[in-house]
Amino acid sequence: MINKELNNFGQDDRDIVSSSGMDLTEKMRSASFLQEDSRVQLYRSFIDGVQIMSIEEALRNIPEAKSYFGSSFKLLGREYPTDTQGGYFIRVKKGATVKLPIQACLFLKAAGFKQKVHNVIIIEEGAKVYLITGCSASKSADEGFHLGISEFFLKEGAYLNFTMVHSWKEDVSVKPISIALLDKGATFISNYVSLRPVKEITMYPTAVLQGDGAKASFNSLILSHPGSLQDIGSRVILRAKDTHAEIVSRAVSLGGKVIARGHLKAENKDIKAHLECRGLILSEQGTIHAIPEMESDFRDVDMSHEAAIGRINKEEIEYLCSRGFTREQAQSVIVRGFMDVDILGLPDLLKKEIDVLEERTLKASF
Amino acid sequence: MLLEVKNISVNVAGKAILKDISLQIKKAEIAVLFGPNGSGKTTLIKALMGFSGYSISSGSVIFKDKEISGLSIEERVKMGLGIMYQHPAKIRGVKLYQIAQFLCRDKKKIEELSERLSLREHLHRDINLDFSGGEMKRAELFQILLQEPDLLLLDEPESGVDLENISVMGKVLNEYLQKPGKSALIITHTGYILDYIHAKNGCVMMDGKLWCVGKPKEIFESIRKEGYEKCRECHDKQRIE
Ligand SMILES: Nc1ncnc2c1ncn2[C@@H]1O[C@H](COP(=O)(O)OP(=O)(O)OP(=O)(O)O)[C@@H](O)[C@H]1O
Ligand SMILES: [Mg+2]
Repeated sequence: MINKELNNFGQDDRDIVSSSGMDLTEKMRSASFLQEDSRVQLYRSFIDGVQIMSIEEALRNIPEAKSYFGSSFKLLGREYPTDTQGGYFIRVKKGATVKLPIQACLFLKAAGFKQKVHNVIIIEEGAKVYLITGCSASKSADEGFHLGISEFFLKEGAYLNFTMVHSWKEDVSVKPISIALLDKGATFISNYVSLRPVKEITMYPTAVLQGDGAKASFNSLILSHPGSLQDIGSRVILRAKDTHAEIVSRAVSLGGKVIARGHLKAENKDIKAHLECRGLILSEQGTIHAIPEMESDFRDVDMSHEAAIGRINKEEIEYLCSRGFTREQAQSVIVRGFMDVDILGLPDLLKKEIDVLEERTLKASF
Repeated sequence: MLLEVKNISVNVAGKAILKDISLQIKKAEIAVLFGPNGSGKTTLIKALMGFSGYSISSGSVIFKDKEISGLSIEERVKMGLGIMYQHPAKIRGVKLYQIAQFLCRDKKKIEELSERLSLREHLHRDINLDFSGGEMKRAELFQILLQEPDLLLLDEPESGVDLENISVMGKVLNEYLQKPGKSALIITHTGYILDYIHAKNGCVMMDGKLWCVGKPKEIFESIRKEGYEKCRECHDKQRIE
């Protein structure tokens, strides 16, 4: 149980780690990984079929690991930072169905520390798995920095439901860089939740649907506090036929700046893709900028997008007031509804957990 | 007197919509409001509830012996006013069940009433979003009955509702209004709802004024036969007090 092992974690740190979706009892998890700054503190798997370890160990002991490491960047002709320390290697064996989520925790502790990790996730043929990664910062991690590279490889018919929860603080800067490669019939659901203050986040994860019938969906819930800059997008390259992509984002600004990007690129004409971005601005200082992009060489390709950004609707507030809610209650109920956890493609267990997290964060934010 | 509206005028978007309206509703009384489209019926209800943009420029509204025109919407709700909207808001992500739970702690009651109004499946949907016209009306009635106000302001409760559902809604509404001290102001075009409740007084709103008062069924019959012209003609004889 992580709870007992991490003697150097005070109650504050435990709460923060929990607020990024980590189950410190591990009762409802099938594997765990935890890294503090550059130190990998622990990793273990409770079931067969799930391999989990530090990336360094994988590169030392697993011959194939090397051939994966960095390969998705090469495929897209992109560079990536090589000065990383730590990160996780997760491999789920062919055909395995992992009922309880795997969890990975990346924690910033020392002031001024620059955490740079490189993760590799391989989901083999027909395997089905839920992975939750929680990234968080201790109160002591002033001016912290986190860079997280993640490479996802989904083999034929694989299913990965990946949820990333960010729980940072006002002076932390963050830069996740992710690429997912999907083979035939694979499904990648990527959920992103960021509810606490942060200095700056820049991320633009990319999924490449290279196998026929592959599907990707990116869903994000973003709460933006005064002083935060969140430049968050998702990109799907629909390379093979019968591939599907969906990008859905909901952003609420309490005074910070959100840039909600989305990019759908059709390289095949038999595809279906949709992008939806909704933003709610609750403060004069807040801004939300939606930048949806759609790119296609084909004339009648099935791609669509919707974007709606605005202030909270007076009519909706007054509707609730006329049922007896105060204005403040009405506003909080509407925001809570807007940040609907249902848009994330989560299994019940995680949905409940994220719901509780959101409830707590929103309560504290109003 | 439960509600006493004295000579109120209401401007909406810079335009005088209600002019010098007076109206009284006693405890346990049901009043019916007729009137052509755009005459100001909804405006009256919204002004009584205190919606922004419907403020009362002159006159007074006394509810339960208290001047309420300066109160917020939720304060009026606390005092016992309730509204059933003609066109309710749709709120993404807010479930009908959430509001039901807020209005009523009794889970069993929520279950029973939603069952009677065929709203079981709607409980877990976003409020009014993609509800059909009739479903919206049922959901509105459902909420106002859970809220248990003393004075119900019902804006066309049966418009767009099929006959079978009007019968269900009419019966449920009547049961509620039979309870001691419950009163209502009901706006109707079709008059169907009058078959289910015992309304004592009716009046007609025309061009932002109340012109006529009498037995609701008689007024309705006359409107049905002769249209609103007749009301216009007799307004000189029967000025409402
Ligand atoms: N917010 C608004 N802005 C501009 N005009 C308004 C507004 N609200 C109401 N009005 C106008 O005020 C007048 C009265 O409207 P109201 O909704 O009260 O009519 P009504 O009697 O309820 O009609 P109906 O039978 O069609 O429901 C109409 O001409 C309407 O267009
Ligand atoms: Mg109306």
